Amino acid sequence: MNKLIIWYGELITNQKLLKRGLFFLVPGMLWLILFLVLPGLILVLVSFAGRGDYGNLVWEFSVENYTRLMGYGLFGWTLDYVYILLRSVWVALVTTGLSVVLSYPLCFYIAKKPLRTRYLWLTVVIIPFWTNMVIRAYAWFLILAPELPFAKLAAFLKLIPPGAPLYPSALAVYLGMISMFLPFVALPLFSSVERLDWTLVEAAQDLYASNFRIFMHAILPQTLPGLSVGIILTIVPAMGMFVVPDLLGGAKYMLVGNLIQQQFGASRDYAFGAAISMALMILTLFSLYMYKRKSKGIDLI
Amino acid sequence: MKKINLLLSISAFSTMAFLYLPLMAVAFFSVNDSKYGLEWKGFTLDWYIKLFENELILHAAWNTLILALVSTLVSTFLGTILAIGMDRFPWPRKMNAAFDLTMHLPVIIPDIIFAAAMVVAFGFLRTLSSIFDPGLLNMIIAHITFQTAFVALVVRSRLAGIGKEIEEAARDLYADTTYMLMKVTLPLLTPGIVAGAMLAFTLSLDDFVISFFTAGPDSITLPLYIYAAVRRVVTPQIHALSTLVLMVTIILVICMERITRRVNKK
Repeated sequence: MNKLIIWYGELITNQKLLKRGLFFLVPGMLWLILFLVLPGLILVLVSFAGRGDYGNLVWEFSVENYTRLMGYGLFGWTLDYVYILLRSVWVALVTTGLSVVLSYPLCFYIAKKPLRTRYLWLTVVIIPFWTNMVIRAYAWFLILAPELPFAKLAAFLKLIPPGAPLYPSALAVYLGMISMFLPFVALPLFSSVERLDWTLVEAAQDLYASNFRIFMHAILPQTLPGLSVGIILTIVPAMGMFVVPDLLGGAKYMLVGNLIQQQFGASRDYAFGAAISMALMILTLFSLYMYKRKSKGIDLI
Repeated sequence: MKKINLLLSISAFSTMAFLYLPLMAVAFFSVNDSKYGLEWKGFTLDWYIKLFENELILHAAWNTLILALVSTLVSTFLGTILAIGMDRFPWPRKMNAAFDLTMHLPVIIPDIIFAAAMVVAFGFLRTLSSIFDPGLLNMIIAHITFQTAFVALVVRSRLAGIGKEIEEAARDLYADTTYMLMKVTLPLLTPGIVAGAMLAFTLSLDDFVISFFTAGPDSITLPLYIYAAVRRVVTPQIHALSTLVLMVTIILVICMERITRRVNKK
């Protein structure tokens, strides 16, 4: 450990260098350990604790919270919670899928613009990405309000009673989710589309490939790096989303995010909330694992 | 081919319309002179004027700003030295991997889980001291935590971009560590630090979930205020407030874009 090395042009012993490194590293790392790693570990512990009569934590370790999540409760076996978990995964998948479908044409359109205006168009996509999500979610109240054409059309088609808004509903949740996460897919995808080698597409056309085959063989493999980053950036937060289903889905379309929020809010059952968080974490890790397996060697950021 | 191009344009435009329709609607109804309902009753700026007479909103705006400023300052400092500490020293491989994982945690963990962990952790800290009651301090701590990781990631990629040659040259000319840091590394790093700080600031302004879980009754921020108001009834005043928040975001995003573009060009 104590041998001399040359590091950035400085002749120094390894030990001395690392001591200096700690000086830089410790404040930030300590902060992250204290307020990120440690709370995370405590959350894991709490998920095995129980709930006292006043919403306090009782340190009797059991897997009760987890069996409750799987549906074994005081009143027999119901699949309510499992159903909410599955629905969250389903909503996240549909949101991601539709965002991908909408993102491709958008990215191609922007990539074909001349360089001078291209970044202007890109900024147009970036702005919604950074806009506050509460505002973007409730904005759909306005679009889907009974006074506006969309609800009137639905009422005319006898899908909803006249004078009723189109929310809360599953449709409203999907609209809100897709408008929320589309830029998450589009922005990483664009960085791949921009670098696309169009000669391969031309070659495929020369060889009389159908449009579908051109996409599958000449475009998809080239855009896979950006696409997979976009999918991960969407699917992970989409599973834990709670603002959109809360405002646009109401009690009709609850997702796991709402369930967690409920435990930390009205129900004051931290232990159960922690257990649901763990379930969500497992789903997240599972999707990250799939991502790692499918696309080796691509950085997340 | 022409047909495909046309389809492409139509699809791209409808997607953009889909993204902007909600935002336009908010801005549109914020200047509508009708207290209830969504019928157009003429142009007015009354809702904006009333905004500045509303104590609650001004207080919330103040909280939002303090939260964003303080957490950005602290996290920019912590994130920058963390990035230097990680990138510029020969840590053993395993340690480096552990640091890397810790830094990526806030990026990959859904924010609601981080918020839940914060609630539980502050619950314990509260038994030690009442300064950890839900409130601005808790929110600042929580924001610093996730911002630090983002700042460190941005600054580290800039550090990797600088390369080691210039610092080596400084060492060859007998610069000591402090001198090299102040005169060479930090000036080269400034665009990265500024970009990281802007990112942190925008993240803080934008955050709802983490603030929602850690806020106390006196530390309502603008997103929290809008959320609470929307849950009761949406008023034109909320549209006006949202439109102002939107405008601030747009200005920030454009500034951020210009800075990061300049960073990448160098």
